Amino acid sequence: MWDFLNLFSVPVLETSIRLATPLLLACLAGLFSERAGIFDIGLEGKMLIAAFFSAAISFNTGSVWLGLGAGILASVTLSIIHGLASITFRGNQLISGVAINFLAAGMTVLIAQSWFKQGGRTPQLEGAARFNPIEFPFAETFMPVPVAGPVYASLIGGHALLVYVAIAMVPLTWWVLFRTRFGLRLRAVGENPAAVDTAGVSVVGLRNAAVLICGVLCGLAGAYLATALQAGFVKDMTAGRGYIALAALIFAKWRPWYALAACLLFGYLQAIALRPDLLTAAFGFKVQIQLLDALPYILTVVILAGFVGKAIPPRAGGAPYVKER
Amino acid sequence: MTDIAPAIELKGISKAFGPVQANKDISIRVMPGTIHGIIGENGAGKSTLMSILYGFYKADKGEVFISGRKTEIPDSQAAIAAGIGMVFQHFKLVENFTVLENVVLGAEDGWSLGPSLRKARKELINLADEYGLNVDPDALIEEIGVGMQQRVEILKALYRQADILILDEPTGVLTPAEADQLFRILQRLKAEGKTIILITHKLREIMDVTDTVSVMRRGEMTATVKTSETSPQQLAELMVGRKVLLRVDKTPAKPREAVLEVKGLNVTDDKGVHRLKGIDLTVRAGEVLGIAGVAGNGQSELLEVLGGIQSGEGSVKLNGAEIDLTGRHSDGQSRRARGVAHVPEDRQREGLIMNFAAWENTGFGYHHDDRYNRSRLMMDNAALRQDTEEKMDRFDVRPPNPKLAAKSFSGGNQQKIVLAREIERNPDLLLIGQPTRGVDIGAIEFIHQQIVALRDQGKAILLVSVELEEILALSDRIAVMFDGQIMGERLPDETDEKELGLMMAGMTREAAAAQPQNAAQEG
Repeated sequence: MWDFLNLFSVPVLETSIRLATPLLLACLAGLFSERAGIFDIGLEGKMLIAAFFSAAISFNTGSVWLGLGAGILASVTLSIIHGLASITFRGNQLISGVAINFLAAGMTVLIAQSWFKQGGRTPQLEGAARFNPIEFPFAETFMPVPVAGPVYASLIGGHALLVYVAIAMVPLTWWVLFRTRFGLRLRAVGENPAAVDTAGVSVVGLRNAAVLICGVLCGLAGAYLATALQAGFVKDMTAGRGYIALAALIFAKWRPWYALAACLLFGYLQAIALRPDLLTAAFGFKVQIQLLDALPYILTVVILAGFVGKAIPPRAGGAPYVKER
Repeated sequence: MTDIAPAIELKGISKAFGPVQANKDISIRVMPGTIHGIIGENGAGKSTLMSILYGFYKADKGEVFISGRKTEIPDSQAAIAAGIGMVFQHFKLVENFTVLENVVLGAEDGWSLGPSLRKARKELINLADEYGLNVDPDALIEEIGVGMQQRVEILKALYRQADILILDEPTGVLTPAEADQLFRILQRLKAEGKTIILITHKLREIMDVTDTVSVMRRGEMTATVKTSETSPQQLAELMVGRKVLLRVDKTPAKPREAVLEVKGLNVTDDKGVHRLKGIDLTVRAGEVLGIAGVAGNGQSELLEVLGGIQSGEGSVKLNGAEIDLTGRHSDGQSRRARGVAHVPEDRQREGLIMNFAAWENTGFGYHHDDRYNRSRLMMDNAALRQDTEEKMDRFDVRPPNPKLAAKSFSGGNQQKIVLAREIERNPDLLLIGQPTRGVDIGAIEFIHQQIVALRDQGKAILLVSVELEEILALSDRIAVMFDGQIMGERLPDETDEKELGLMMAGMTREAAAAQPQNAAQEG
């Protein structure tokens, strides 16, 4: 019994939240972009480049805030490229996204090696060059209280600032999408851009705005990886999180609150994969870690196949808008 | 003539797309508070002209005056600001938004949505009272019928305070009853002082509702006349540039044995919706059975099942022998082998591959044919090209160049290519859907003659069309479909558009006969 409950112990859940954060930021980034009709397979690359530049600039300046700014800037730059290719020049969105991923994978290591000569990584970040955990008031005092103490100290409190930012982004995204003019137009442009166009609103402008928001959120996600979750950049540190975020987006049926749930679930799977000992104890046999790694994708395929309600993507997604006669 | 400035005046509008001159020096005056029809064949330049007026295209030359003032319309925003509203042939609605959201989209009052939606809700109630445009503001677009969707488009324009309303082929998707309703709404709008431009290729509509009519042919405005002073024959002549037959010349049918016998045919689609509910019908050799109905009532599924594209349940006999509806022999190839030819409803999607050349397209479905193949591996393209050239000649396809991609032919000529491919195979049964959709009058005549000629050769023809005039002109018997069922059968000379229209809206023969007026309102 205890062995099984250990799968949901405070440390495991705490790790889940930390691992869910970059997924959530990237997932919401994808949500903005795809709701506007621009598929973005380049979440991965944008996170990666943001991770590198945030770590590098944090290290050089000693300020994590400058690092964060640099990360966002780098990610937004790739967004602009994606926007140019797929909105302005009406190119294929998937190809543009894949190109961005390759570009980021190669460029980060190349620049890292050139700047720091440590085999494509940045030096360790310390002190003000990192987002450090925020201690909640009286966390130490409450610690001895059973359950509530550790929950307060390290599940609710004790995270880096960006974790709270990510969670706050969920209601904010919902509100923007469903309660503002911008959100209405954004959703419309992903469903039927011709309706937006004939209503006298710029399709290109809206889509570019969505792609830029996507860039900012990916920047946050990447910066979180390199300056909060870990202390520095290492080669390919995103490790497929961009794709898991896309899977979460489908799993969430392109809705912000569902996205939170999906990312927490996928974060939990990643957290549990770090503790195979707990799994073995709970189930009495050895669970393959690879299976856990694959689970987000398997779940997504199940959702896509329509077993648990149908996931209907935005109707105009993936197609560049061309005015018809 | 009068001192009032025209609501719209166009002076010398010209527009070319590459070498194609879509509009040539067009001038037109539309007086306020009138319904002005613009009629012309497909490709005559009507839509281009209206797109210029709505800011979609920029004219190469010419000026636009709105209420006497020279106005530049660089984009749709400017057109809306000038008081122009447009109802497109293909609605520009967001399917999974509510009516309210669609009306508000692009015309919000501020960054926050709440106040805009509340204001629009009030406004919609006012508009409903004023013009009889009742729509549930909270209904999703995908859940309401096309007639309602069209109302939403009109409401969108009125909400933006449009004084000039342009409707592009508004009745293509409507039942006759819905079309009559639309025309009543238009009359009401006119009575309130709105100016309406009605673009259509249907002569009847022009004669029924317009005050003035302009005729376009090949990018030019050939005439503007008062509707009361013209006749359908004169308009048709102006459109085509020569005399045309509005009726199809044919002798009474001499039907023989049954070729196609359908009993209890059911079709359920992937979403579990029953599309066909126990269809019974018979088509005999030497007759045309016309299926009338509003698009989406199961006609497409009927053609697809019979053509082997979709599977179904029930009994279908061809020349007395059962055909396979679900198994291995249920595909287009097997049907063709049994003497079924199929001219699908949507020629651009199912009838042709638009990027392929005409000669490649005429081979489809028959590419296993010995005469197109040198061996089991190698096709004989030269033979196919040769064959295509002959077909194009016989069917008067213009230009008669087999190497041209299908997309470079006009709608009528594309249809002739499909028709040539299917008819020239000498089938026992021809399934033909929307034979003249998007086809100009000259080609319509030709296609109709081909269908009648095939009938006279003793073939069985199942004709599906949403154009009642076409059904009445070609059919020897008419079956009306509604909601996946056959509402009844009629002989063309014993019925009229009104009765068929009521049946198309779901009334049985008896109810239709008992119903005097204004029935058939669909939810």
